[in-house]
Amino acid sequence: MSIDSLIILIYVLVLASYLGFELIAKVPPTLHTPLMSGSNAISGITIVGALLACNELGYTTLSKWMGMIALILATINVVGGYAVTDRMLKMFKK
Amino acid sequence: MNITIQLLYLFSSVLFIIGIKMMNKTKDARAGNLLSSVGMLIAIIATLMQIEVISMVEIFICILIGSLIGLYYAYKVEMTQIPEMVALFNGFGGLASVAVAISDYWLKSQITAANIDIIILVSIILSVFIGGITFTGSMVAFLKLNGRITGSPITFKGQHPLNLIMLISFILASVATWMNPSDINLMVVLVLISLVLGILTVIPIGGADMPVVISLLNSYSGMAACTTGFILNNNVLIVAGALVGASGIILTQIMCKAMNRSLVNVLLGGFGQTVAGEQTEGPSIIVKEVGVEEAAMLFDGASSVIVVPGYGMAVAQAQHVIRELMEQCEKRNISFKFAIHPVAGRMPGHMNVLLAEANISYDKLIEMDEINNEFSNTDLVFIVGANDVVNPAAETNPQSPIFGMPILNAYKARTIIVSKRSMGKGYAGVENELFGYPNCLMLFGDAKQTIAKVVSEIKEL
Repeated sequence: MSIDSLIILIYVLVLASYLGFELIAKVPPTLHTPLMSGSNAISGITIVGALLACNELGYTTLSKWMGMIALILATINVVGGYAVTDRMLKMFKK
Repeated sequence: MNITIQLLYLFSSVLFIIGIKMMNKTKDARAGNLLSSVGMLIAIIATLMQIEVISMVEIFICILIGSLIGLYYAYKVEMTQIPEMVALFNGFGGLASVAVAISDYWLKSQITAANIDIIILVSIILSVFIGGITFTGSMVAFLKLNGRITGSPITFKGQHPLNLIMLISFILASVATWMNPSDINLMVVLVLISLVLGILTVIPIGGADMPVVISLLNSYSGMAACTTGFILNNNVLIVAGALVGASGIILTQIMCKAMNRSLVNVLLGGFGQTVAGEQTEGPSIIVKEVGVEEAAMLFDGASSVIVVPGYGMAVAQAQHVIRELMEQCEKRNISFKFAIHPVAGRMPGHMNVLLAEANISYDKLIEMDEINNEFSNTDLVFIVGANDVVNPAAETNPQSPIFGMPILNAYKARTIIVSKRSMGKGYAGVENELFGYPNCLMLFGDAKQTIAKVVSEIKEL
């Protein structure tokens, strides 16, 4: 990877973190549990990396198996996380 | 670089951001979560567009297995168990990052035998480190929360020096990996050290501090996703990971502030241990008991009631009878509110979810800072399964381990009724002065049963 692309990634990281702090500081305490399970689902974005790791390659390689394990785990994280968050938020009524 | 795919990733990042923004309002939150999940779907589709058709079968099978497990957990889990589930899923996220890192490492070091450039290698090592700690740390937190291992801190002599030695060995092994990237043994060492460090850093932390720990691990799982973004040179991973990382850090800060502890103090662990021994020597507190009928009369005679719920309420499954109590009181035009301490329950906002499940409107749940001035004008405070968060020792007794922690000023109310199973101590192992106050009455027994009796007594009045 070139230094140029690293710098771009760092830019993205810094700006996204700042945006995250701004947005999340405003979430009311009532919603902190769904926020956490929802952000947990978002951290399942590793699924993108897992899918790429599953690409091509024979079944004899460790890379493929690791990719498949990562894919199962990240899918649990994504699907379970969004589903349980939705289940909770459905209960919040006025 | 395919432009369509990159634009889809950008679109998905924007959806994550809008989704979180919509969480700022309770009424929009559900739509926000849905939007965020659409963002995830788009990221998945964009990735699938880059994948060879041959790999689709196993990908489909893995996604199917993962989805079924995820859905099963999501619909089976009790609301009291949400903290455990979040801990477990955090751990899965961490392990997934480790697996992605190892996969990429193996590909580059063993299969294509290309030179791994330094930036990628550092990203791989960081991913293994953060992901490994997140995984085992979350598993320990999970086991502590569901009681399979003791909630009290596990400490031993030389714990902190040992952690330091592990950390130094990790750095040395990283340098060695940099000099000889194809040595798989070094990678195994790196993985093992990270896994052990995760266990070692969470076991000394006591059960009362778990809200801090899961917030922090939540943040770690986001950072782990970030590091995989650096490995794969992928922006959507970094944006999503940064959002989660930020969210976890903010929640950690809020929790620490609500307990008047520094993060370092929480992480060093051992809280509540030394204290328990000293406390037994203090004078025992004399309490006044109250019966069900008398309690019912106190409710009937009050014009304002504030309920202070704690985790004990959830354990006794008393949320639903409390809603009945609320309905009875409101019929009699008695104002009825709930005071929520930030660290009530086992994770941030846990009480709100439990009360929402019992169909209690969220505008009745008032935060500590907003409601603390109201206690002095309140006729009756009803404390159910909460302890440390109402202990006046936090304000009056500099010797107390919870001294300085912000509390709900329940003691200022005219009358206080405490529903409690027995005279046990709070989660922090601290005696509660409040129970000996002249305006405090104890309603002993299982919260669900006794409150149900109180409700039926009120109905007869």
